[in-house]
Amino acid sequence: MDLLEYQGKQLFRKHGVPVPEGRHADSVDAAVAAADELGYPVVVKAQVKIGGRGKAGGIKLARNRDEARAHAEAILGMDIRGFTVHELWIERASEIDEEYYAAVLLDRSAKRPLVMLSRMGGMDVEEIAARDPQAIVRLHIDPLLGFQDFHGRRLAFEAGIARDVVRPVGAILGKLYEVFIREDATLVEVNPLLVTKSREVVALDAKVTLDDNALWRHPDSAEFRDVSAEDPQERMAKERGLQYVKLDGNVGILGNGAGLVMSTLDVVAQAGGKPANFCDAGGGAKADEIVAAVEVILSDPKVTALLFNIFGGITRCDEVARGLVEAFERLDISVPVVVRLDGTNDEEGRRILAEANLEGVHVAKTMLDAARRVVELAGPVPQEARA
Amino acid sequence: MSILVGEHTKLVVSGLTGREGSFHGLNNRRYGTQVVAGVTPGKGGSDVEGIPVFDTVHEAVAETGANTSMIFVPPRFAADAILEAADAGVELCICITEGIPVHDMLRVYTQLKRDGRTRLIGPNCPGVLSPGKANVGIIPAHFFKPGSVGLVSRSGTLTYQIGNEIAQRGLGNSTIVGIGGDPIVGSSFIDIVQMFEEDPETELIVLVGEIGGDEEERTADFIAENVSKPVVGYIAGFTAPPGKTMGHAGAIISGSKGTAQAKAEALEARGVRVGRNPTEVAEIVAEILGARV
Repeated sequence: MDLLEYQGKQLFRKHGVPVPEGRHADSVDAAVAAADELGYPVVVKAQVKIGGRGKAGGIKLARNRDEARAHAEAILGMDIRGFTVHELWIERASEIDEEYYAAVLLDRSAKRPLVMLSRMGGMDVEEIAARDPQAIVRLHIDPLLGFQDFHGRRLAFEAGIARDVVRPVGAILGKLYEVFIREDATLVEVNPLLVTKSREVVALDAKVTLDDNALWRHPDSAEFRDVSAEDPQERMAKERGLQYVKLDGNVGILGNGAGLVMSTLDVVAQAGGKPANFCDAGGGAKADEIVAAVEVILSDPKVTALLFNIFGGITRCDEVARGLVEAFERLDISVPVVVRLDGTNDEEGRRILAEANLEGVHVAKTMLDAARRVVELAGPVPQEARA
Repeated sequence: MSILVGEHTKLVVSGLTGREGSFHGLNNRRYGTQVVAGVTPGKGGSDVEGIPVFDTVHEAVAETGANTSMIFVPPRFAADAILEAADAGVELCICITEGIPVHDMLRVYTQLKRDGRTRLIGPNCPGVLSPGKANVGIIPAHFFKPGSVGLVSRSGTLTYQIGNEIAQRGLGNSTIVGIGGDPIVGSSFIDIVQMFEEDPETELIVLVGEIGGDEEERTADFIAENVSKPVVGYIAGFTAPPGKTMGHAGAIISGSKGTAQAKAEALEARGVRVGRNPTEVAEIVAEILGARV
């Protein structure tokens, strides 16, 4: 789960990472009141889970109340690369002397936490890395040993940051590592890590990603989830315990197991079709899950045909067939459905489908046949595919 | 031969008394796997259809000589169960549990590497099957028969799909290994490919990858340097949009690295033939082994 800047800063504050004082606001009036309370100048910052807010005009300096109001009015409701701004973070402005970059993340390749520091912060980190790979100092941490003071000193000295802030920067890296470990984060990124004119070091931004698998350890963080910002189909799927990702085609897809579903999307694309979604009913899916999945997939108005691709391992094909029959009874299914059942109890499953004699249901023998058939039935993708 | 599991396997199941654990544990025993013990703290002294249950893995190992552990406990307790099995000295631990926090796995992985005694497969994996010998996990064994194709995959059902298409062409498997779809898993493609290379029964290796990470790319380099047997690849996720997670926590694209295209190209550049869909993979395998297509 990606956090908004102000949510990340809440975690920073909890673990002693210095951040500028700020207030959350979700209306223009609340933003002005927050700015008054903090004292001018303030920065009005759009809260969206995407980079490039500054370039898009989502971060503005306000020197007085009129400017605060004008900026809040302009930024609330603004679209930043597909994300609508519903929330603001009003922050006391900082006087910038230097901008660094700091991050702690999970390095999958090395299977260790990785701490990074650069004295060239403030811009896109990929840009820094491309321009001068040496500019980013990297250090892997042994998760059983943890982050030691010398790690902080070493990173700070090797990154060549100003000598007077080596100690505070090293200490902040240690605290960011604390955030990473204690909050079960997979990414903790600060860009820029600011040195103010009075030579204080503060985290001016916060990009934090939490491990969804560990949210049970963090009931407070679980509340950060903003269901209103989620896609309606994706939210519906989540409530029903399904793995669903919305795409922009017209072929609805349901399968069991993430790998098989990904493969199904590929095969549909190879057959000339465009998948409308990724939907994994999971291992051992029973009739209820199937009905729920069909409901979610068909709630997307772009879907013009549906493909069931099931390879039964733990999942039993007869259960899937029963689910489909039930879905036809409970839902108004007006699009053609192609079904491919293979694996555990597949013959029984096909028999159930044959007996139910459902209108618009086509049984295909193989995955490739099924893909070709559904693409044929779905027809071309409408020009205005994106809803 | 075959790798990892076989006639020598003596299995202890952590979580044998649970619903899933007993279902699959007994299933594995029916297949012929020697399931010698179960572990559920507080239920020591009982049994599951004749399989003795112990309070600790240490006790189970001491009493039964178990050398392989299968973990079927809920995600909150799974990391602890893996560490317990390793501490008790089992050589191989196969963790089926899905949804273990990644920080737990960071610690477990580091500890197991440091200790050096226990190989971990998974977590979030379907297990390991050596057809005709032993099945440890949830792979539906009836689709597979003994043979010379070694199959290693990050995904469960996709493995069954490809394995089944290979079986339909009259070919069997030495061993099928699901290494798991999580960002941190105990054994990598490279580990398993190396075992298949050294296994006299394996003639050909099928590698089933998917988007995310750089495992497939690194394995391509390893194959070029160290593997003499033919390798056939498959990568799922060509149509996955950037930045979206598709079920497996591991399947996350970051930048251009980790895309299906990049992985397929890396494998092909190293002489690995890559099938565009499961059927094509099976066709290439059959062609190489000269079986009926």
